[in-house]
Amino acid sequence: MLDPYKVREDFPILKREINGHPLVYFDNAATSQKPSQVIDAIKNYYERSNANVHRAVHTLSQEASELYENAHEEVAKFINANDMEEIVFVRGTTEAINLVAYAWGLPNLGKNDEVLVTLMEHHSNIVPWENLSRIGGFRVKYAQANTDGTLNYEAFEQTITDKTKIVCFSHVSNVTGIVNDVKRIVKAAHNHGALTLIDGAQSVPHLCVDVKDLGMDLLAFSGHKMLAPTGTGVLYGKKEILEKMGPFHGGGEMIRDVTFNSATRRCSVVWAGLPWKFEAGTPNVSGGIGLMAAVKYLKNVGMKNVETHEEMLTSYAIEHMQDLGNVEIYGPHNASEKCGIIPFGVKGLSSHDVALSLDAYGIMIRSGYHCAQPLHQLLKLKSSARASFYIYNTREEVDKFIEVLKEIERP
Amino acid sequence: MVTVEDYVARTEGTCGEEKDVVVTFKHDRKNEAIQRIMKRAKMQKSIANMIFELAFEGVSFRLYPSGRAIFRSLKDKEELHRVLCGLLL
Repeated sequence: MLDPYKVREDFPILKREINGHPLVYFDNAATSQKPSQVIDAIKNYYERSNANVHRAVHTLSQEASELYENAHEEVAKFINANDMEEIVFVRGTTEAINLVAYAWGLPNLGKNDEVLVTLMEHHSNIVPWENLSRIGGFRVKYAQANTDGTLNYEAFEQTITDKTKIVCFSHVSNVTGIVNDVKRIVKAAHNHGALTLIDGAQSVPHLCVDVKDLGMDLLAFSGHKMLAPTGTGVLYGKKEILEKMGPFHGGGEMIRDVTFNSATRRCSVVWAGLPWKFEAGTPNVSGGIGLMAAVKYLKNVGMKNVETHEEMLTSYAIEHMQDLGNVEIYGPHNASEKCGIIPFGVKGLSSHDVALSLDAYGIMIRSGYHCAQPLHQLLKLKSSARASFYIYNTREEVDKFIEVLKEIERP
Repeated sequence: MVTVEDYVARTEGTCGEEKDVVVTFKHDRKNEAIQRIMKRAKMQKSIANMIFELAFEGVSFRLYPSGRAIFRSLKDKEELHRVLCGLLL
């Protein structure tokens, strides 16, 4: 079982006070805090092993390369991928989705093709496809969601046709926290020969995600939401899919040979193997090492424990929020269907009013659209306040959050 | 000469349907800024002593004790600057 008080000892920032109050960090869906183990791993790397990777024969470069490759291996094991060839390090979920859109979408999507996304997506899973459709001429279709923000699976399945070439959807909504049935959608997509790209930004940090069990073809997620530094993220792809894809960016690191042909007066290029074909230029080595430390930390805590702890906190918070007459929780209220995220509003106040009132007591929550404007349109909301939990949050913190809500929700 | 920039750390558009502007006052001058604003603007409503709804020269806004204010329905940056000059200088 997870002891959040023990976990908290590893997070130096949680000793901070904000506006004269102990920091309560409930904005974990935006980014997580970092434990000393991650901070020390980065510090150690710069103090002992910093060098460019895959370039030099000297000792430091060999050490740095080994650490960086180990980081890929560690992430592969964490999500049960076959090996590091299926793990591409990127800046975050957004870059991972853009990588797929441009490297796979551009050569594979044409006029009569369709890309299927849902209305509950983060902008990062909408905008790349909309942008690219203006070049490729394909159609972006939106699967209908229910008015509470959940997916309408029957409608979703009917929207997938033989024209659908890729189905892109979030595992967990970053607004409602609803966990989607990945297996069901993957099966429906595969029945029509479509690929599946899952946005795992809100699931990989909080749930046991097994890519083989879920059957997805591609998975994008961010390191910074799972204790790792900002500027880290991962694209998982089945080896046979990544092998067929051309690179996203060109430069050093991602090539095996660049040879000048004096007859044609052009250079011919042979790409490097997986995953380096997709990691052009000097990569974020320290970030990758920080991500490895984060994954080790989460494995040590146990992802099942993470799930259980967050479900307990979510259930506890919802139960007490429901007692407040002027507080409305948006979307489903059942914590077992959700993943540590509670969107809500207070009657008569904007989401920013709520966030700034809580801020005065050291409680950090998100307000606004959370980069999911279409879902807010569907829910008929101008914006929402969002509390989101992680391994270091406690019931005491939820109590404090409820106390402040009580103050501001009074008519 | 004292300017608005002496009091204001940053201004930023809020995220959401309403295109509001959030103004963060400099930490070391936030109390002075709050005092000046409270003296010059008209109080419309106070919510739990945490949110103060105020009006100044036809512009309504909310002030928070942590040193931030959210201005609504402003035409442009110039109008924000004009209002802040009136409130702070």
